[in-house]
Amino acid sequence: MAEKNRNVAIIGIGQTEYSSHKEYQNQPEMINEAVRAALKDANLTLDDIDCIVHGNMELFESVFQPDMWHVLGSGAFGKPAFRITTGGTTGATVVCAADNLVASGMFDIVMAIGFEKLQEAGSTTAGITNMADPLWYRHKQTGALTSAEANNIIEEFGADRARRAAMKLRIMMDKNATLNPRAHRRFGLEYDQMEDLMNTSPPLVGELRLIHMCSQSDGACVMIFACEEKAKAISSHPVWIRDHIAVHKEEMVANNYAYERPETSHHRAASQLFARNGITDPVEYFDVFEMYDPSSWWGLDWIREFFLLKDDEHIRMVENDELTIDGKLPLNPSGGVTSSNPIGATAMARVAEVALQIRGEAGAHQIKKEVKHGLASGFGGTMWTVLIMLEKDLDW
Amino acid sequence: MKRVAICAVAQHKIESDIWYKRFQGMLLDVLEDLQQQTGFVFGGDKGVNNIVSCSDDFFDARTISNNGVCDAIGAHYRGEDKMAQEGLNGIGYAMSLILSGHDEVVYLPAHCKESQSESRNVITNQAYDPFYCRCLGLDFLNVAGLQARAYMNKAKITEEQLAKVVVRARQWAARNPYANETRQVELGDVMYSPMLCDPIRTLHAYPVSDGAVALLLASEKRAYEFTDNPVWITGFGNCMDSYFLGDRDLAGNFALKRAAAQAYKMAGIKNPKKKVNLVELMDCYAYQQPLWLEGLGLCADGMGGKFIDDYGPAQYNVNLSGGMLTGRPLMIGGLYGAVEAVLQLQGKAGEHQAADIDCAVVHSTTGGAGQFHTVLVLER
Repeated sequence: MAEKNRNVAIIGIGQTEYSSHKEYQNQPEMINEAVRAALKDANLTLDDIDCIVHGNMELFESVFQPDMWHVLGSGAFGKPAFRITTGGTTGATVVCAADNLVASGMFDIVMAIGFEKLQEAGSTTAGITNMADPLWYRHKQTGALTSAEANNIIEEFGADRARRAAMKLRIMMDKNATLNPRAHRRFGLEYDQMEDLMNTSPPLVGELRLIHMCSQSDGACVMIFACEEKAKAISSHPVWIRDHIAVHKEEMVANNYAYERPETSHHRAASQLFARNGITDPVEYFDVFEMYDPSSWWGLDWIREFFLLKDDEHIRMVENDELTIDGKLPLNPSGGVTSSNPIGATAMARVAEVALQIRGEAGAHQIKKEVKHGLASGFGGTMWTVLIMLEKDLDW
Repeated sequence: MKRVAICAVAQHKIESDIWYKRFQGMLLDVLEDLQQQTGFVFGGDKGVNNIVSCSDDFFDARTISNNGVCDAIGAHYRGEDKMAQEGLNGIGYAMSLILSGHDEVVYLPAHCKESQSESRNVITNQAYDPFYCRCLGLDFLNVAGLQARAYMNKAKITEEQLAKVVVRARQWAARNPYANETRQVELGDVMYSPMLCDPIRTLHAYPVSDGAVALLLASEKRAYEFTDNPVWITGFGNCMDSYFLGDRDLAGNFALKRAAAQAYKMAGIKNPKKKVNLVELMDCYAYQQPLWLEGLGLCADGMGGKFIDDYGPAQYNVNLSGGMLTGRPLMIGGLYGAVEAVLQLQGKAGEHQAADIDCAVVHSTTGGAGQFHTVLVLER
């Protein structure tokens, strides 16, 4: 990346609660709730917003060009607007898009909207299966439900250690979610339930059990971005976007599980992002990481990919409680995606949570030590990654 | 503000049913064409590292339409954002990638195969909310019928004037090797063609179309590595109108006027009538050509009919490609217009080349009856 044209900060955050059903709101109304919350948080009105970016996965709700109807709640009336989508990564992509649009000088203040009403989708798994090529892969795909990653981890570390680590991570996420009133699934799990859950949670595919998998949620997340000059004037606690990167991969997912496994998009994105920002030890550098963890198995493996770890370092971090909310590097203090997954909002909610943690305003699930450097990830498509780095101070 | 260039363009021949080639194959064709023209590569310090694609989940009948084309657009191990509106907005967004300092070169591929759906109207009906408007059967054709009636009343547009628009479009399309519908018609053919959606007649509507385009954008610093005559993006604007038809002035161009004002301001254009000498606009139906020309400020409000009789479209070189009326896919109609404008500004438009073109306006619309408009200003 060349020199950024100008700095961009997050100055407003609004989220609905994430839940399985929102019969009392239609889509524009649900979006509007988060839009109003973000404007209130930023102490702005709609008149201050120069441009609106909108995104979700439109085939879930089966609304073509949904930003047209959603203008009733999005506030885009009479304004410039963009709709940019990339599947599960959409929420992170619209954050990157808002950052680009502000940094470019084209707009000073941009509002980004991510949402999903998966209740109206009926079956999320059917919707995701519909992404596969109709000739070659669709009859083989089972949405995002897969045991492939679990099988790899078991092969590498043995069944007992792998299963325990994945379940411990799942319970850790639930403990965080229980502190977060916006989280969808808050079971109140305890670590002594580990053995029980490993055997009794209903199996989905192979080693993947229901408890490991993300939820099917409704919700909207809205964030407001401003250029440095305006952010400093408007906000008492701007959170700065230092850099972002996206890495997509080819359609043929099976190649990821070939005999010689190719580099994951997570590893590629992290190594490029850290290299160009001079970060040599990401575990030391970051104070929080919000990961798009669609299942506890994926989440477990991806700790290694994102932090460029070797061998069993990621498993040991789980076993040694280094990723808990009071640990060395808190992972998903919000409860993560296994707790709440309104897909088009999910990746943005990761960024929003990191920003709230940096502001020190996360509430009951606030990390106790100071949070200065944060990382958020998005996951989507055929193993795609978006990584976004946030900073408390403009001092890099 | 720094400048962003469109260095080169490639387009697939538009046809009504490209059954013999998947859209991935169409995208490969335009990619190879563009690489031959410019020699651009993917990856590394000097290559393309971010792609702005344009496609649509509904027309492709698959969730995350861009995952089906990832390898065909060079996005494997690279960044890629999908523009989910009409593709002209992708140029505005790609511009921000370059101006923000994130990228120096951006590749913009786009595809849409309308033939894959049983009916375009089935898809555009899904744009309406599932509670009130969808069950009424609203789609982009019948809301255009309502808009056509409102505008024809306001501007006193006659059947003959609409027929003139269609006859002229097809005359120009015949000179464009990429155009879809080139069969020549006379005024009477149009005026008495079967009614499709009152007052829109069959020959007033654009035919079902499949196509793909690709553009290469670069910063001012890098543009000359790929071309000797870059075309500069000097203005961009877009704007959203309200949703319910009853909340809108269908013949009033609220959103288009705002989008145009924004684009002209960025380009430093005070009087478009004096400055603009080529226009590519997205006229899905014949009545839209004079209506959008009013919105672009090239024709006085409510004077679209007289403008046609006075050869206004010829004066401003409107749609010398044949335009949307002779067939372009809905999601990339404006991008095809941008391709045409770039070729005209570079003097590469062949048999339909106009003389002395230095400032072109490209327009597109997303949503029903022009709910959302986009305006791009290109200069030599």
